[in-house]
Amino acid sequence: MATSERSERPVNPSGGAAGRAAPPRKGSGRLPWMLVLPAVLGLAFLVLPLAGLLIRAPWPTLLQRLAEPQVLEALRLSLFCATVATALCLVFGVPLAWLLARVSFPGRRLMRALVTVPLVLPPVVGGVALLLVLGRRGLVGQWLESTFGVTLPFTTAGVIVAEAFVAMPFLVISVEGALRGADQRYEEAAATLGASRWTVFRRVTLPLIMPGVVAGAVLCWARALGEFGATITFAGNFPGTTRTMPLAVYLALETEPEAAIVLSLVLLAVSVIILASLRDRWVTTP
Amino acid sequence: MTLHAHLVVTRPAFTLDISLTVAPGEVVALLGPNGAGKTTALRALAGLTALARGEIVLDGSPLHTLSVEERPIGMVFQDYLLFPHLSALDNVAFGPRCQGVSKAEARRTAAALLDRVGLTDHATAKPRRLSGGQAQRVALARALAVRPRLLLLDEPLAALDAHTRLEVRSQLRRHLADFDGATVLVTHDPLDAMVLADRLIVIEHGAIVQQGVPAEVARRPRTDYVARLVGLNLYRGVADGSGVKVGQLLISTSDRLEGPAFVAFAPAAVALYRSRPDGSPRNVWQARIEGVERHGDNVRVHLDGPIVAFADITPAALADLDLTPGQQVWASVKATETHAYPA
Repeated sequence: MATSERSERPVNPSGGAAGRAAPPRKGSGRLPWMLVLPAVLGLAFLVLPLAGLLIRAPWPTLLQRLAEPQVLEALRLSLFCATVATALCLVFGVPLAWLLARVSFPGRRLMRALVTVPLVLPPVVGGVALLLVLGRRGLVGQWLESTFGVTLPFTTAGVIVAEAFVAMPFLVISVEGALRGADQRYEEAAATLGASRWTVFRRVTLPLIMPGVVAGAVLCWARALGEFGATITFAGNFPGTTRTMPLAVYLALETEPEAAIVLSLVLLAVSVIILASLRDRWVTTP
Repeated sequence: MTLHAHLVVTRPAFTLDISLTVAPGEVVALLGPNGAGKTTALRALAGLTALARGEIVLDGSPLHTLSVEERPIGMVFQDYLLFPHLSALDNVAFGPRCQGVSKAEARRTAAALLDRVGLTDHATAKPRRLSGGQAQRVALARALAVRPRLLLLDEPLAALDAHTRLEVRSQLRRHLADFDGATVLVTHDPLDAMVLADRLIVIEHGAIVQQGVPAEVARRPRTDYVARLVGLNLYRGVADGSGVKVGQLLISTSDRLEGPAFVAFAPAAVALYRSRPDGSPRNVWQARIEGVERHGDNVRVHLDGPIVAFADITPAALADLDLTPGQQVWASVKATETHAYPA
């Protein structure tokens, strides 16, 4: 499907040549500088810092720096935590999205609003809130410790919880949108064939909304990977257990700016790859 | 496998309130204009739309107390709704799988059904690779795969082009003849209804206005909608033994009736004259030409006057008579060409 879409979009070469031969006078006169100038400045503002990162990167020693144990440790921890956090978001977020999209109950609008709060909440505030609830003296944390002997703050599990808290709305919103867009009559057809609601969800709804689920999971993963504020507040900054890439970047900036640049480049590369994969594989595929 | 149903569904625009009985092996068509409540009735039988009141009884056991997935039904939807992520085979195998049949067994059942509808070669194709006619047959096979006791078809031919429709209609008729349960199909096309159904139920504004075998409905329409469908001029009047009085006009008929009656005649039975004709035709009235349009090989003339009527004449007759809209003509119908029946 993606390939056919691409092949249907070739640039018309004859049209381009004709445009060059005879200067076009279509539209209504010159472009308004009042719009073009801010547009160009805005573009530069977004692109220049990234270009600066590439220009100032210590290219000759790049591989050597990437192979340093602290860097690898932070990278491994980041990838692990972001992946587990995404898995948690899928397990809880997809059913939550289904509930919001398919079941009408009083207070649904309020609940939908609440789900999006972590999206706009400053992550540090999220971290504080997590501490208050899941901290060792927190409402739930106290009980977790006395009953199961589990403590979350300042552990790798804490990093995962903080990342999941911040990233889950991305998944829920994406999946809920996919569910609302999916034709519910397929679910009716499945029901007439004897499928229970769980079977309908598993064998019909989920495959139909899969592009939305994958897009949501990728966004969720990217957000979890870049999480800083909630992580450092709730999980602290201990090498090997809670010091993820963004934390390592922040710390390295004070002592070893070049290391910070290298770490930043890795995160930038991951973001670009995610964006590219989203565009090509999932966003355009029906 | 007799179906007895009394369906009451309240909708913002109307209330559907109909009763129907379908015998085993019988095909009943719900026929009616758009928005009459046909599809609502079908969805109520399937359980997709809740009943406000009434009951559905199949083989003596209540159906309306069961949820959709518990009902022994098979349904073919208007645009088929084949699952786009499953192959034709897996679409058909979906129902048996839901009934707890093993994957291999379900696929065997599905393959046999696809073979019956002549689609063995397309078993692995995804629905978007199927033509409209093929998709329709897969949808039928999928509905039959659950061994339903009640088969529901919603506008089964509406999504097909004219040529495919002709072919699929005759195939569908054969498959419906093989099916031993009760079948209810919904259509707004009188031809589909006449070809596919053993009995027609005409619904308008949520209520049954007429029912009977197709030939009976076609011969004795009881509403303007049905008369238009079967192509007859229809009037309601009062019979006095020798004719039916419609407004100011007395239409003589060969049927002897008393009291409220319908009288119907075909547009082709109407003859038009420039001046008042003499001789045998007993029903003559003066009419004004409202409009003229092509109708198949003939020309359909819309007449106003004591009664509103259609007259079908040949293009040659149109040229001879030199008819133009607004003109006054004489129209006549032989008594033997009319058909009167009690209202």
